[in-house]
Parts: sequence; structure tokens; C-alpha cells
Amino acid sequence: MIRARKLGKRFGDKRVLRGVDLDIEDGAFAVVTGPNGSGKTTLLRLCAGLMLPSEGELDVDVTRAAVGFLAHEPLVYRELTALENLELYGRLYHVLERRERTGMLLERFGLWDVRHDRVASYSRGMTQRLALCRVLLHEPQLLVLDEPFTALDAAGAELLDAQLAELRGARTVLLSTHDPDRVSPLATTRLALA
Amino acid sequence: MTYLADVRALARKDLLLELRARDTLPAMLLFVVATFVVFHFSLPAHSSQLAASGLLWVAIVFTALLGLGRAFVPEREQRVLDGLVLAPCDRSAIWLAKAIATFAFLAAAELVALPVFALFFHGLDGATVAAVVLADVGICAVGTFLGAMAVATRARDLLLPLLFLPLAIPIVVGGVGASVVDSPGRYLAFLVLYDLLFGVLCWASFDYVVAE
Repeated sequence: MIRARKLGKRFGDKRVLRGVDLDIEDGAFAVVTGPNGSGKTTLLRLCAGLMLPSEGELDVDVTRAAVGFLAHEPLVYRELTALENLELYGRLYHVLERRERTGMLLERFGLWDVRHDRVASYSRGMTQRLALCRVLLHEPQLLVLDEPFTALDAAGAELLDAQLAELRGARTVLLSTHDPDRVSPLATTRLALA
Repeated sequence: MTYLADVRALARKDLLLELRARDTLPAMLLFVVATFVVFHFSLPAHSSQLAASGLLWVAIVFTALLGLGRAFVPEREQRVLDGLVLAPCDRSAIWLAKAIATFAFLAAAELVALPVFALFFHGLDGATVAAVVLADVGICAVGTFLGAMAVATRARDLLLPLLFLPLAIPIVVGGVGASVVDSPGRYLAFLVLYDLLFGVLCWASFDYVVAE
């Protein structure tokens, strides 16, 4: 599903990624690790289609509609409620049975009771849960998750563990983390950036 | 139909955000009315219609600039633009929806501002009102496009006026012309042409603005 050869990215004179080779098959669970500034986020943004490479080749064999991208930022509007945010994304992704799917995800991630509250009133962890709902809403074939455990409490992290275990094999997952032990039982491919 | 549904969903979101945050329309209203009040007391008592028309169009352009400067603020603050760009809808829908929302804010400000102008200066004729509507379309089309370009830069507050004001000159020329001549048809046609030309250009090239 993803094939990269000598992939590189520059921002002006600054090189943030160099010579990355990557092969991720359909249904794989790929874990990207590396210290701060090693280019994990850049690699994930390239694979999600938010950036163009400066050098090398990158083939991602899915359409935009089939990508679910979890960024450092939740990519939701703070002045809208959880329900309104998911309704907007559901419409843009043309999700069938939008309301049922939205309700199911909000219930699963423990946000149903606060679904009418504005996101601005949420804690960082609740916002991250909503971001996960947004990513999963359209049942993407390729999940690109940039440090998805950030800000989640123990219960939230366990929920995500269960969700990832459920998705393993059924979806292709590309995930970056500073805690590889947490997802090592699921990983089929590992990439360490220096 | 899908395209229009996407535009509607995005424009509805922008109107809802303004309804909640209320940080664009009140600023536009305050600015345009304050401008007319200040000029009412600073211009000579029998200033010409030409001077008053010029004032009207300068006030409209700078009021629009206030709204355009805030158009992409919600997207910038949470980097939500990444989420919209990744969505499978045609990216020009983002531009069109934002332009429609900005048009709505500008029109709402003008609903108050134009009667105030008529009260303080000269009455308004149909040609002037038609010119204002046509000018709003062009201002919002071009301004929203440039706003999306500027929002990605650090000097966005400076860049937007620098890019927008030169492109607004034809609008001011057409607007003032339609307001002061006896046969405004030529100027109104010029504004229609401007709207069509720049509307199509912005619509067709917005994808490149948000691609990376």
C-alpha cells in the first residue's frame, strides 16, 4: 500500500528526512519510532498526502477518501460541539448512516454525554478522543496516526489499544510513537528514524 | 449535487462559528459605521457626491479587509485546514464556502452601513446598491483566495492587504463609476466581468494554494 524509495524532505535549507525506504503491505501495522526531530511527523504527513516529497519516490496506493489522519492537533473546531464537528466531517467524507456511526463512536470513546458541549470546554484528553472519532468516522483503509496516545489517560489509552487491536489486519496502520512497547504486540513492520 | 452539498456544509460551519464566536461581524460593523461618523464631521458640509462616493468605496474595501483577515483564523488556530484538505471533497468547495460566508458578513455589515451613509452624506440610488453587491462578490472571491495564501505565512496580517488592495483597485474604479455617472451600465458590466474572471481564476487555482 505504501512504497517509498530514498524519500527525503527539505524545508528551505533544513533537511528533515533523508533516504527513507519503506514498504508497507495492505493490512500491515507499521510502527515508526525515533527521537524528537527525527522526521516522524514529516514522514506521516507525506504518507497522508499533506506534503510532497523533496526527493525520492513515494507511492501511496489509496485515494484521499480512504486515509484517516491523526495529527498532533485534533483538526476539529473549538467553537463547535463534538456532534457538529463529526457531522461536518461525515458530510465531507460522504459517510453513509452518518448519525449512527457518529453516535457509536462518541459512545465508544466516552463522549456521548458531552456531545453537545463545545470542544473548547474539553480537556486535552477528551479532545484527543474526539480526534480519534474523527479519524475513524469514515472507516479509512489507511490509518496514519501521529503519536495517538498523547494526552490520553489510562482509560483512553486502553480504549485505543482495543480499537487498534480490532483494526489490526483489517486496515493498514502507520503509527508513530515514543512508546513502542505499547504497540509492539500489534506491530508487523518497524521503522526507526535516527 | 455533491459539490453543492459540500459547499453548503462548509458555509454553514463558517456561519455557525461566527454566530458562536462573534468576532468578525461586530468588528466590521463598528469599523464601517465609525468611519462614516468620523468623515461626517471631518468633511466639509457641502462636499461633492464624488468625494462621498469615494469615501463609501474606501470604507467598503477596508471593512471587507477586516473580515477577510479573519476568514481563515479558525482553520489556522487548530490547523483544521489540514483536515479539510484531506477530505475527499473538491478543494475549491473550501474556497467557495468561505467566500459565501464572508459575503454574508460583508452584506450584513452593509445592511447597516448603507442607510447610515445615506443619512450622513448623499442618498443611494439603485445603481450604487447594485454596484455594491457586484463589488462584494469580487471582493470576497479574490480576498478569500488571497486570505488562504496569506494564512500560511508568518507575515499574514501584512501580506493580505499588500496582495489584496492592488487587486481591489478595479473594483473601486467600477464602484465609484457606477455611483456617480448617469448611465452606470458600462461600470456595472465591468464589475460583472471582474467577478466572472477572478471568480473562475480563484475557483480553478485554489487547489494549488492549499496543496502544501
